[in-house]
Amino acid sequence: MEEMNFEEAMEALEKIATELEKGDLSLEESVAKFEEGIALSKKCSDIIEKAEKKITMLLQKDGKLEEENFTVEE
Amino acid sequence: MTPNPISVTELNLYIKDRFQKDEYLNNVLIKGEISNFKNHYTGHMYFTLKDENSLIKCVMFKGYTANLGFMPKDGMKVIVFGTVSVFERDGVYQIYAKGMKQEGMGDLHEEFEKLKLKLEQEGLFDKSHKKSIPVMPKCIGVLTSNTGAVIRDIINVSTRRNPNVYIKLLPVPVQGAGASEKIAKAIEIMNEQKLADVIIVARGGGSLEDLWPFNEEIVARAIYASELPVISAVGHETDFTIADFVADLRAPTPSAAAELAVPNILDLVQKIQNNERRLQNGLKKKAEIMRLRYEKCMSSKAFTDPLDRINKNYMLLDKQIKRIESSTNMKVKEKKTYMVEWIAKLDTLSPLKTLTRGYSIVEKNGKMVKSINDLNSKDKISIKLTDGEKQAEIL
Repeated sequence: MEEMNFEEAMEALEKIATELEKGDLSLEESVAKFEEGIALSKKCSDIIEKAEKKITMLLQKDGKLEEENFTVEE
Repeated sequence: MTPNPISVTELNLYIKDRFQKDEYLNNVLIKGEISNFKNHYTGHMYFTLKDENSLIKCVMFKGYTANLGFMPKDGMKVIVFGTVSVFERDGVYQIYAKGMKQEGMGDLHEEFEKLKLKLEQEGLFDKSHKKSIPVMPKCIGVLTSNTGAVIRDIINVSTRRNPNVYIKLLPVPVQGAGASEKIAKAIEIMNEQKLADVIIVARGGGSLEDLWPFNEEIVARAIYASELPVISAVGHETDFTIADFVADLRAPTPSAAAELAVPNILDLVQKIQNNERRLQNGLKKKAEIMRLRYEKCMSSKAFTDPLDRINKNYMLLDKQIKRIESSTNMKVKEKKTYMVEWIAKLDTLSPLKTLTRGYSIVEKNGKMVKSINDLNSKDKISIKLTDGEKQAEIL
């Protein structure tokens, strides 16, 4: 699950929610799926929350790309 | 000098007549710049054609405007084909245009269509090749000029939707010679180092020549080769470039591109919460079903009244015993009645019964005497009466 990106985690989460809603699983399976779902939900939230605002500009310097902070000139 | 003056109308009609007789004026090609353009609601177009020193009025009637293929606007350099004639009411001469072409544009349009057809046939526009845009890209690469409204709009829209957005601008010239090569190169650089999760190639509005780099094959091929999804946002909503056709997604404007690339964080948070609620409800429902099953099970007789069956069997046993008892009683009663009947019958045959009527039984030596011949004098006899017996002697 560590390598999952947001979409994969969200997709897996939606799939589990649908499975749980159907109610065909045993109670033990339901609880296991629930826990898995909550972990996925947390993963999604983490991806959103851990993002940091960054606006940068890539500049070619001596054949190398350098990333600099960028602010719009008004 | 004519002695009799003519009317203004007559003069204008005369001039008009002269114009119409002039073959050259009937089919004339004029080049110039459009100004005062008015697209009248009736469908006719009115404008002025001018150069540095001079101008002439122009009208293009509805019947001809349909074939134009572009919308004329002020400042546009055009070649007009038509007739010069007089509008006698106003006393002016003007061009009655039958056709119009953008000067210098003819080649570009042709080139555009040719390249479009070629790339289309090669499959560069195929839907199947188009990649989907990630829902939550970690980093958005923007290829455009580092000055001007475009990058500003993209940053504004992006940060509004996601305050923690990560945008990497790779500045490129967006018009003029060499721009297309630099744009193509920038797409390659982004891909080589996977510098972003999605690329926006953007430029503000402009003339066809201004937008031209985005109509060049080198850019089209770079977009097609890009492993990172590309959103094109070139010019205004009405401008279509080759880049738009090849891109994985076409945005009508740079701001729209930002909206397509950057998710609205509030929507995503809500989506996550919705799914969490679905999980909770799903589990709750399951638990509820299990509880109902448990209750149903526990409410069965086996658990609520375990003695019930035993008691029921006891009752059955009791019933059976009663049945046996009553049938035995019946049999006993039957036998009794039978016996009573027989006793009564016996009774009527019994000699004792005869005795009660006054008869008696005579016995000699324990044997019943039935004939007078059996008796002799001095014989000892016993006489049985109903209430006893007495000894006697024959005389």
